[in-house]
Amino acid sequence: MSDTGILDGWLDANAALLGIAVAPEWRHAVRLHLRITRDMAQNVLEFQLPDDAEPASMFHA
Amino acid sequence: MSDLAWASAKTTAAAVAGGEVSATTVIEQTLARIAQRNPVLNAFTAITVERARSRAAAIDAARAAGRAIGPLAGVPFAVKNLIDIAGLPTLAGSKINRGHPPATNDATLVSRLEAAGAVLVGTLNMGEYAYDFTGENSHDGPSRNPHDTARMTGGSSGGSGGAVAGGMVPIALGSDTNGSIRVPSSFCGIFGLKPTYGRLSRAGSFPFVSSLDHLGPFARGATDLALAYDAMVGPDSLDPVCTVRDTEPIGAGLAAGITGLRIARAGGYFRSGAGVEALAALDSVATALRATREIELPEAARARAAAYVITTSEGAALHLDRLRNQPLDFDPDVRDRLIAGAVVPAAWVVAAQKFRRWYRDAVLRLFDEVDAILAPATPCVAPPIGQKSFVLNGQEVPLRPNIGIYTQPVSFIGLPVVAVPVPQPGGMPIAVQVIAAPWREDVALRIAYDLETRGIVRSPQPAE
Repeated sequence: MSDTGILDGWLDANAALLGIAVAPEWRHAVRLHLRITRDMAQNVLEFQLPDDAEPASMFHA
Repeated sequence: MSDLAWASAKTTAAAVAGGEVSATTVIEQTLARIAQRNPVLNAFTAITVERARSRAAAIDAARAAGRAIGPLAGVPFAVKNLIDIAGLPTLAGSKINRGHPPATNDATLVSRLEAAGAVLVGTLNMGEYAYDFTGENSHDGPSRNPHDTARMTGGSSGGSGGAVAGGMVPIALGSDTNGSIRVPSSFCGIFGLKPTYGRLSRAGSFPFVSSLDHLGPFARGATDLALAYDAMVGPDSLDPVCTVRDTEPIGAGLAAGITGLRIARAGGYFRSGAGVEALAALDSVATALRATREIELPEAARARAAAYVITTSEGAALHLDRLRNQPLDFDPDVRDRLIAGAVVPAAWVVAAQKFRRWYRDAVLRLFDEVDAILAPATPCVAPPIGQKSFVLNGQEVPLRPNIGIYTQPVSFIGLPVVAVPVPQPGGMPIAVQVIAAPWREDVALRIAYDLETRGIVRSPQPAE
């Protein structure tokens, strides 16, 4: 599947799950932003951290 | 005193305290100035005329009665319209929030500035829901840069930048999640303080990304930033993030000098992509401070990426119901980014938060060796309003997500920053970030003050 196809498939499935309607004329821009976010996330995921690394959002009781 | 439009807050407060001018006169001059300039600059979305007049009259009465009137007595200020003002709906730059009931109380920072004698004169334009670096707004129109009204103010605190740089108020408040104080400071040529995350209360402000949101002041000089900061700092049980640390006033030590401070400039990531103006400004400041050492913030590009992922995901989660039910009421540029953020997988966000802790620990180790780090605030001067893309590292990229490339890796871990403006002869201003260790706003402000007193940085007065 093409990169655009993967992004569109993900967008369609999750938007439906969340109850968000994506008008056809918005799709190009939404896909662009999703692609940028995917690339950003890929950069983060490539950084290896140990399993016990604490997220910054750690909760204090 | 004559026209106070370009007077500092300190000068105005001293004049009011000394009886050279009444607070009422200051406020009437301010309201007249706003009426003259705001139709051009579009910085204000509401002007609190009656409240301001009433407050000014109360200050004059207090002074006449010999009561204390505060260190900011009679100083006009305005706030980004995501900050609560009793009696007004808190717009956060949106059309949707116009249907909300008016705020019942002022935000904590507004109350504290007024307790110090300052006088609120209005609320300010901003990018919708603060998801913006441009200062554009499809509902209220764009904030316009006082140095060239065809150019952006930067955002999202665009009205705050325009109001201060345009001589309508000496102090404004804004918010900064990824750069929304520092970017308008850079584009408009003014000073901005993004404090340490958790330093200033956010109670009574409309959120964007809770784990990244800060509030802070803009001014045309370091002294006024310190005055505003000192009036606002302190614990606040209404903001669970607000620190209970003891605080010392910064203003008193502002002129202590910078002898002994170890100052470096950021290299690597912070050099790549910077335009000639950004690099020239950084060189100018670094040379003046004899900051010859270059230091690398480890994995800064990845930090920016992680901030991006957290921002889009947390921001979208905040607006999920509105995206479902009122998508046509959003600014389209904001809506499309938020929809993309709504479908981000949770694993990406958790990875970004784990990386955030690693990055914080790595950067904090740098502060064993230096006291402050200099970096560009923006890669370029203010682009024309409406521009959608620009060239970064030789590639054409969307403008809106990329203006904050140098601010995001810094606010990502909550470091305090003062943006200092560097005038460009014959051109638009641009700012440099003075970054300090957590809770050391005093260090960043002392450096800003030193640079200002030596004429290296200043807020240029625009031609009108």
